[in-house]
Amino acid sequence: MELIRLRNVKKRYKTGVVAIQDLNLKIKKGEFVFVIGSTGCGKSTLIKMLYREEKPTSGQILVGGLDVGKLRNSKVYKLRRKIGVVFQDFKLLNKKTVYENVAFALEIFGAPKDEIHTKVLKVLELVGLKHKAKSYPNELSGGEQQRVAIARAIINGPKLLICDEPTGNLDEVTSMEIMSVLSEISKMGTTIIMVTHDTEIVNKMKKRVIVLDSGRILKDYAEGEYHHEGI
Amino acid sequence: MKAFRMFSRNVRDSFNSVFRNFSLSLASISCITITLIVVAIFVILSYNVNNFTKLVEKDVTIVAFLDVDIKEEQIKELEEKIKRVAHVDHYTFESKQEIAESMMKGNETFKNIMGSWTDEENPLNPTFRIKATDIEQVEGVAKKVAKMEGVSEVKWGQDMINSLITVFDVVRKICAGTVIALILVTAFLISNTIKITIVSRRREIEIMRLVGASNTNIKIPFVLEGLFLGILGAILPIVATIYGYSTLYHNFKGQLFSPFIRLVRPEPFIYWISLLLLVIGILVGMFGSWRAVRKHLKI
Repeated sequence: MELIRLRNVKKRYKTGVVAIQDLNLKIKKGEFVFVIGSTGCGKSTLIKMLYREEKPTSGQILVGGLDVGKLRNSKVYKLRRKIGVVFQDFKLLNKKTVYENVAFALEIFGAPKDEIHTKVLKVLELVGLKHKAKSYPNELSGGEQQRVAIARAIINGPKLLICDEPTGNLDEVTSMEIMSVLSEISKMGTTIIMVTHDTEIVNKMKKRVIVLDSGRILKDYAEGEYHHEGI
Repeated sequence: MKAFRMFSRNVRDSFNSVFRNFSLSLASISCITITLIVVAIFVILSYNVNNFTKLVEKDVTIVAFLDVDIKEEQIKELEEKIKRVAHVDHYTFESKQEIAESMMKGNETFKNIMGSWTDEENPLNPTFRIKATDIEQVEGVAKKVAKMEGVSEVKWGQDMINSLITVFDVVRKICAGTVIALILVTAFLISNTIKITIVSRRREIEIMRLVGASNTNIKIPFVLEGLFLGILGAILPIVATIYGYSTLYHNFKGQLFSPFIRLVRPEPFIYWISLLLLVIGILVGMFGSWRAVRKHLKI
């Protein structure tokens, strides 16, 4: 079963820059995929199109059967409710507690209070932050903040988790902590697409790796095939 | 149930947001407060002018003096004609004798002189006292009556009424114009202030969209916030209206400068004004934030 399908996708920005061209891609349910490549290779554009932050100029993008390119601005929420997104800069609300930040994603659906309470505590336990529920984001370390962001992204039980350089701001040890949380989530059946610069992580995880270059797929390594030799 | 839950959450969040972004909220609130105070002053002023105009209108009487030697039948004919004149509200007739009698009642000298008059000797003019339907019609009615046969003279305080009409009209127009302009300007100002609030909360909106909030989900808390700002902004003007106007009324003993200019009684007048201020505050707040959010949701 494929969760994501890209057919002849092209993205040309208004400035004239072509970020993605002629891209064809299939990602199956439950896969863990790394997208790597040098700066400006189009990897950010690729995942931005997956959560409909950007629209493809031509071609088709299907996420869980939803034609993302044809989604109107006012309907984007329908896609966003099915997926979770994690960013390098965490995107947490500093005026809300950890608990409130995570609960936020459920409150907008009008979920009952009890259900929110149970789910939030469960997901905070999964990322190992149950004891910090009442703290504010700026009282936490970078790794902890990222774990809060992951908790928020997965609380709705999304089929797809998109991670845009989630370890970009974190040191090596903390990065590996985050990766082990993501592995746990992957084991539960969630498809994960992660954009990263960190070849160290990619080497250790031994997952499928897509290498992008100038908006095209340079290489698509199956699980365990990729190994980056350090310079 | 779900809708109610979402609504009560929105109410809670908007209420919190008013206090979490207090400095900006304060800017919006003071903006609404100042406008509502000015609106209150103008509404009170124009309502009083209106009231005063009505009182004057009620008092304006056209007095038509008939010829001294007019015959009974001619009076009847005149009465029929006056009845048919447009904008005549009502009229009364006083014959020579009636006028003489009413004059004699209060004054001994008059009594001595007039008491001996026969009908033919009585030099007083029989009169019609006519009330027009409203003050602007007085002149027209008076002119028509003056042209009728058997009417020797018509009096109605032309100059005073003409200038009063002009002054009242100008005051009313200025008040109405100012109130409307102020409301528009405030809506615009609120819209801008809330725009600043929203820009400073772009991140929040971005995250809301990210976790799957629909546009309505995002808009409702902001519009509700506008509603709260409106209510908070209306508190001071309402208190000022209720206490200020009552105090003014009692200090001046219900009249301004002379017993001729009477003020509107504070109750229930001030409560209506308060309600009006509250409604304007709420509408302006909600409209302002709705306008601001709409502009910023085209992400």
